[in-house]
Amino acid sequence: MEFKTVLTVCPYCGCGCNFYLEVLDGKVIGTIPCKTSPVNEGKLCIKGWNVHEFIQDPDRLTMPLIRENGSFREAGWDEALDLVASKLKKIKEQHGPDSIGLFASAKITNEENYVIQKFARAVIGTNNVDHCARL
Amino acid sequence: MTNSVDEFELSDCIFITGSNTTSSHPIVATRILRAKKKGAKIIVADPRRVHIADLADLYVSHRLGTDVALLNGIMYVILDKGWENRAFIEERTEGFEEFEKVIKDYPPEKVAEITGVAEKDIETIAHWYATAERGSIAYCMGITQHTTGVDNVKTLANLAMLTGHIGREGTGVNPLRGQNNVQGACDMGGLPNVYPGYQPVTQFQIKEKFESAWGAQLSDKVGLTIPEMTSGLLEGSMKAVYIVGENPLLSDPDASHVEEALKRAELVVVQDIFMTPTAELAHVILPAACFAEKDGTVTNTERRVMRTRKALDPPGEAKTDWEIIADLSNRMGYPMDYSSAEEIMREIASLTPSYGGITYERLEGEGLQWPCPTKDHPGTRFLHKDRFVRGKGLFHAIEFKPPAESTDDEFPLWLTTGRLYFHFHTGTMTRKSGALTGEIDEQYVELNPEDASQLGISTGDEILLTSRRGQIRAKALVTDRMKKGEVFASFHFVESNANILTNPAFDPIVKIPEYKVCAVRVEKAAS
Ligand code: SF4
Repeated sequence: MEFKTVLTVCPYCGCGCNFYLEVLDGKVIGTIPCKTSPVNEGKLCIKGWNVHEFIQDPDRLTMPLIRENGSFREAGWDEALDLVASKLKKIKEQHGPDSIGLFASAKITNEENYVIQKFARAVIGTNNVDHCARL
Repeated sequence: MTNSVDEFELSDCIFITGSNTTSSHPIVATRILRAKKKGAKIIVADPRRVHIADLADLYVSHRLGTDVALLNGIMYVILDKGWENRAFIEERTEGFEEFEKVIKDYPPEKVAEITGVAEKDIETIAHWYATAERGSIAYCMGITQHTTGVDNVKTLANLAMLTGHIGREGTGVNPLRGQNNVQGACDMGGLPNVYPGYQPVTQFQIKEKFESAWGAQLSDKVGLTIPEMTSGLLEGSMKAVYIVGENPLLSDPDASHVEEALKRAELVVVQDIFMTPTAELAHVILPAACFAEKDGTVTNTERRVMRTRKALDPPGEAKTDWEIIADLSNRMGYPMDYSSAEEIMREIASLTPSYGGITYERLEGEGLQWPCPTKDHPGTRFLHKDRFVRGKGLFHAIEFKPPAESTDDEFPLWLTTGRLYFHFHTGTMTRKSGALTGEIDEQYVELNPEDASQLGISTGDEILLTSRRGQIRAKALVTDRMKKGEVFASFHFVESNANILTNPAFDPIVKIPEYKVCAVRVEKAAS
């Protein structure tokens, strides 16, 4: 049996409460609020307390999916990413970089947002990158 | 936020507007209640009687979309009684004369008529806030999601400058960010007009700096916002969208418009953790790791950069968002060979002055609040201490403008939208939780008892809610939290999506859709 607690940040609202995820044999079984966090001082709201319930939901996406004849089929990373890369290249050549847009996200990390906007700007060549801060 | 969350406890007057704080930001609400215990006056101005209104020392319900009028009225009283902070205005601000001229047009009698708030309440708000030692303002999407969103925010800044309630502990103008990392997504340049750290894409030296760091030619043309990309897809000037962790089909106004746009695209890629309604329309779906499955940082509403840590492996073949993008980039001929999130943060720090002193090592413990420009800088608890970013604080002379849509015989009621305590945004995460869906798992439209009895509707009845753009079916909840003539719906539930109804009229500057006000009709559904 392997048990650990991992300190991290609640994925829901902008308060950014800190808590420990309790992990037993590779499964998240609970949440413990972090007392020393200056943000939440050992408190959490009902969403934070129950955050572990969605992490291992059986509906999580586990494989790349490609649409074919109106339905999705599973694919490997190589096939899926090669397909996306070739289509993006073709659209960029035919219609220019500004015909492509990226949605960054308020739900992912700083590092990931940085990489997405860098991809839009340096690889595609467009400033068409936005996220739902407005929404 | 200009100030930190714990500073609310130091305020002796907190003015909350357009924020359902106890539902949307419960941990901030806790701080506000602690301040109240210590004797702070709590003022709530909100068209809907939100829960925190019950705990306020004074609650006023202004008509939807009349925020500027209300705030100008408050400032009229402050100037009239001489409660303004003259020293602060003279030393730290400019544009006061122009501003004062506009304010002269908003005497309480007139404002009471526009907003429906009693004259004596307008005077009380002015008195409590202006004469407080440390006055603080907290606001949320109720202020920003209007065609006049920018005007609303600038008017709040006027109020803080007029009274000198900014640049000190326990004061400030404090927007409460709705999502976990909205602040960080903006800081990192997830916006069409700026690179990381709000460095404009149109500035030549900035562009050169990023060109040499990234080894690529960059565009100096400001890009498109999400609503503009949607229109571009409809017109045909845009061909492809790559969507990471967003569900615009549920979160954007006028959802059928967005659906049509995505159907017209040549390529839609969706990278997410669940099969969302948006993903259903994709050509390729890429499985992403969730927050518990990766290392990284997020930045909360008080600008605090904090570490998130990997607790377990992602399910199946899922990968972190940065790994997927880097892999794709390599395949497109631009090498991105980061070995860890920490390595990405080193690059961020080298190019983003406000994050310049941030390292993973320094983030252990409480994290750091930006601006944190150097390795020995302690971070910044509150902004605008001795000067504003632009030097002097600028007063804006702002007139009240009514909402974009108006009611008529066919659509006689105002609809406003928002969140519930138990759910988050479009519900893709919270609706997987038994504990949360056990509390509530369907759309209830809230309406005032008088309107309800006129329409022959009681709580639990099936109703139809119709706007000029569409119709949804939901259950009714009759409550005096709503005032006569106004109804409320949330946007957590895909099967009864309030954003089918909302108005995509935008604020002309920041292009925030007017979610908070649109004209609707309510009727009992045929059973
Ligand atoms: S625990 Fe609640 S208040 Fe804290 S960040 Fe999560 S959702 Fe927000």
